[in-house]
Formats: sequence, structure tokens, C-alpha cells
Amino acid sequence: MQKYTATIVLFAFIALLVVLAQFSILDRYYVSVLMFMGVNVILASSLNLVNGYMGEFSCGHGGFMCVGAYVSSLCTVLMFSKNQILGAPLLPPQFAFIGFPLALMAGSAAAAIAGLVVAVPSFKTRGDYLAIITLAANYIVISAINNMEIIGGPRGFMGMSATERAMQDMLNIPWVLIFVLLGTVFTVWILRRFVSSTLGKGVPAICQDEIAAEIMSVDTNRMKLIAFMLSSGLAGLAGGLYAQVLGYVNPQSFDIMRSTEVMVMVYLGGMGSLSGAALAAILFTVLMEALRFLDVWKWVVIPLLLILLMQFRPEGLMGNKELSDLFPKLRKYYSFK
Amino acid sequence: MEIFQHILNALQFGSFYALIALGYTLVYGVLRLINFAHGDIFMVGAYLAYFIAVTLLGIGGLNLGMHIDPALALAITVPVTMILTALVGVTLERTAYRPLRRKGADRLYVVITALMAGLVLENGNLALLGASRKRFPDMIDKVVWNLGGGVSVTNLKVIVIVAAIGVFMLLQFIVTRTKIGMAMRGISYDKFAIPLMGIPLDTIIVVTFVLGSGMAGLAGILFAMSYPILEPYMGALIGWKAFIAAVVGGIGDIRGAIVGGFMLGFIEIGVVAVFPSTLRDLFAFSVLLIILWLKPTGIYGVAQTTKI
Repeated sequence: MQKYTATIVLFAFIALLVVLAQFSILDRYYVSVLMFMGVNVILASSLNLVNGYMGEFSCGHGGFMCVGAYVSSLCTVLMFSKNQILGAPLLPPQFAFIGFPLALMAGSAAAAIAGLVVAVPSFKTRGDYLAIITLAANYIVISAINNMEIIGGPRGFMGMSATERAMQDMLNIPWVLIFVLLGTVFTVWILRRFVSSTLGKGVPAICQDEIAAEIMSVDTNRMKLIAFMLSSGLAGLAGGLYAQVLGYVNPQSFDIMRSTEVMVMVYLGGMGSLSGAALAAILFTVLMEALRFLDVWKWVVIPLLLILLMQFRPEGLMGNKELSDLFPKLRKYYSFK
Repeated sequence: MEIFQHILNALQFGSFYALIALGYTLVYGVLRLINFAHGDIFMVGAYLAYFIAVTLLGIGGLNLGMHIDPALALAITVPVTMILTALVGVTLERTAYRPLRRKGADRLYVVITALMAGLVLENGNLALLGASRKRFPDMIDKVVWNLGGGVSVTNLKVIVIVAAIGVFMLLQFIVTRTKIGMAMRGISYDKFAIPLMGIPLDTIIVVTFVLGSGMAGLAGILFAMSYPILEPYMGALIGWKAFIAAVVGGIGDIRGAIVGGFMLGFIEIGVVAVFPSTLRDLFAFSVLLIILWLKPTGIYGVAQTTKI
């Protein structure tokens, strides 16, 4: 029983948050910060797979998030709200709570396929050149969407809130918060399972030495394909949730600034540390909210903080250690390998 | 005849990309460091040029009572801006990159520092000077030469193109023919053996940053004169694109920067001539992706062999 403590505590905590949100004890501002926190945890931990565990320098995470956000919000809008493209909604609102996760999955799948744009060149290139490819992928996604008039182009795309209303009409609980929290747990869980599996050990092996990994019979191309697609797919999930939280997306919110933000979280937490990335994402979200009073100066202070971090503790907050490495006693309370 | 007009425009755009790409390539060639702040140094150059020009011409907020003749003012603005921009670049090197290099930090940390330094410059500018755009004053009288058949060229365009080619030849000369250039190439070949040969590593690196940032300053002035609206984020997109130009050409090679810069200029103008102009970035980046896919090291780049 003891080894399930962490799981039970986690789900009890999620239930507590949902209950607090349900009875408006947590006001809407805190709930929205909480949801952005979840989205950021997904983003940071998925980028950590590529930038941390695999040691590549991907700086186009925002692009994949954008693909996921647009595809899943397009799905929800087509299914559950009146739109200019098809007119009437395709499905009755009772299906919203099934349709929404399906839309999220579709968004993730689309983002994973978009990840191929980066994954396939990565067979031949590494390092700086691959960084450029990811950057170009980000710009390509943004300018492609800017040019699609049917989904709003640069003006953005909206109508996602109808899905939330449809879900709430059926049962009045904070659906989006639940989905964000579940998505976050799912992401961390699947990444943890992946990097601790025998297959997933190939990813840090590529980081250490690609040639040696290949000699040790790691299929490096396949590992890269999996890592990039998993990472971008989860970014797509984050995008879908983000779009639902805001109820509105526009291409500019997924540009290089967003990718930089995610990179800041990853390097703040420490490369190759899943718990580090998650903690850093939470810390970063809190910091962004706490520094709101600084207004424009916020984006001067945050990069400066990171520069100082690079000077004095370049390995990030956690280094490449997990929380359980720092506090070994924690291991008794969960059953991960 | 329209095609000649497009070629001239492409040459002008390509010149801007090439001038900035030269800075990326110089620093990369010596330090193996992508100086992501370079696009923002270009922006700082444009702003410095603006403040110097406004002060000298005695217009705008900085009226010190000087009313210098525009031609003379330009002659002063260009070198002063280049020197000040070079100083910004060197300051960045001294405060951010050198301590990391001394510690022997991983290259990645330096890259992140560069990226963040760029953000600090951009947003610091936004916070200090506000979001209002600045209008660069007219420094030279615009002369339009009609070449017949509807093709026209302004004197400014000619200056830009000549400046890019001149800078290229100067840098190519410095890198391939002078002692300091030899030292630069040496550092890029082996950073640890070079100091043992009695070559001052830090001095050479500072010279590299002076050259690269000075050229970014020059690009800043020329850009501000051609497109006289300045805003804090102007360096970001053009900087990224110039970086792409440098990579397509083969980063670390001076010829690559020029070829890549002009190529990007031609691609962009070519796309705008045929398709709606909103597709420009999409095509430019897609071409980059395809080139890197087919030849991952760029046009002039040499593949680094990994030893086991």
C-alpha cells in the first residue's frame, strides 16, 4: 500500500483542486493560473525529452503547439458550435465530453506528424543545424496559418468556448480544469514511463554519444523519430488545452517567443530531469504572474535571471537529477521503476 | 523589364541579409557559437544611428542646437555608430560570453545566454524607449536614376549593394590574408593549441566581435535609411533570417554568408513577384528547410567528421 501513496496523494490533490474550483473557493483568476501551469508543465516536460534527454537543441516547440491548438480547436468548433465553415454543429452537445478528448487526440496526432518535419532531417543533422531546422519549422507553421483565411489567418480563430458550455450544460463541473490536470498527469506519466523503459534508454544514449549508441545496437534513427514525435505530439496536446483555456487562438501567440519561454523553463529546471522541468514550469508560471507589476520590464528581468543562472548554476535548478535522487526516501512512496 | 527591377530589389534585400549574416558567420567561425543576440545588435545599431543623426541634425527630442549639414552628419554618423555598436558587441562578449568560456561551460549554455541577451536588448529597448516607432531622418537627397524600360534605381540602393560587397571583400581579405585572420582561422581549428603558440585568444575574439558588430551597425544605418521606421523588434525577424542565410551558405565561411544572403533576397523577392506577399516567409523558410535537408552543412560548409 505504501508504494501507492504518491499516486493517491496526487489524485486526491487533483480532486481537491477540482472541488475548490467547483465551489468557487478558488477564484477564476487562480483557476486560470492553475490551468496555464498545467499547460506549461506539459510543454516543458515534453521539450525536455528532446532538449534534455536527447541533448538536441530544438527551438521550435511553439510551432508544434500551434498545430495541436489549431487542429483540436478546429475539431471542437466543427463538432459543437456554429461556424462559418460547415454552418451547423456536426454533433449534438451531449457528446461534448467525449468529443473534446477526441479532438485533443486529433490535435496531438497532427502535431506528432508535424514533428516529422524535424525528425526526418535529424537523421542526418545534429546540433546547430538541427536547431535551425526546428526554428524554420516554427516559422513555417506560423506563416502557413497566417495564410489560411478559412481559419482566420492572422486574426486568429475562436468559438472553442461553445464546447465548454456544452459540457457544462450536461454536468456543471470545471471540465477544462479537469482535462488540463489529467493531461498534465498523463504527460508526466508517459514521459516517465518512456525514459525509464529499456527502449527509452536509447534517448540518453544518443545524448551521450551517438556513434557509441549505434554500436550498442540502439537504432538511433528510430529513437530520434520516436522522441521527436512524442515530444511534438505532447506539445500538440498542450496546444489543444491552451486553446480551450483561452477560448481563442492566434498564430502570433505561438511564435518564437513562446518557444523561448518553454526553453527557459527546461533550462531553468535542468536538462534531463523530468521533475525539474515540471517544477520549473510551475515556478515560471508563478514568476510570470508575480512579476506582472513589472509590465514591460518583465521580459527584461526573466532573461536576465536566466543569464545569471547560466553563469552561476548552468545545470539548472535540479541538474540532471530527479526529485527522488535528491530525496531518496520518496522512493518508498511510489511504484515507478 | 520588370525582372530587372526585381533583381535590383533582391540585391538590396540580399545586401542587408548578407551584412548581418557576416556577423553571425564571423563569430561562429571563430568561437563555434551562434550569437543569437546579433539580430538585436543590428537593432541597437539602427537606434544608435537614429539618436546620433537626430542630435547632429538638431531635430526631435535631442535638440542640442546642432544643425549640421546632412551630408556631413552622415559622414559622422556612420563611423560613430559602427564604433558604438561594436562596443555593444564587445560588452556582451566581456560580460556574458567570456566568463562562461573561462569556466569551460558547455557550448549550449553560451547559446542560451546569447538568446537571452537578445531578449534583454529587445525588451530593454521597448521598456526604455516605449513602443512608439521612431522615424529615421532623411540624411541624403534621394536621387532616382532611370535606366529605361521602367527600371529605376535610387542612389541609396546602389550604396547598400556596394557596401555589402565592399564589406565582404574587406572581411574576406582580413580573414584570408592577414595575420589576425590567420589567428581567427587557427582558433576555429583548435582553440586549445592556439594560445600555446603565443596568440592572445581573447584579443582575437574581441576583434571578431568588433568586426561582426561593426558590420551589424553599418547594416543598421543602411536599413534605417532605406526603411526609416524603427521599432524594438525589427532586429528579431531580420536577424533570424540573416542567420538562416548564413547557415544556408555554410556558417563559418565568409563567402557562404554573402551567397546565402543574396540567395535569400532573391527567393523572397521572387516569391513576392509571383505570389501574394504574405507567403514570403513561408517560402523562404521552406526553401531553407529543403536545402538543409539535402545538404545539411550548407553550400560552403564542410562536414565535421566525428572520431570514435
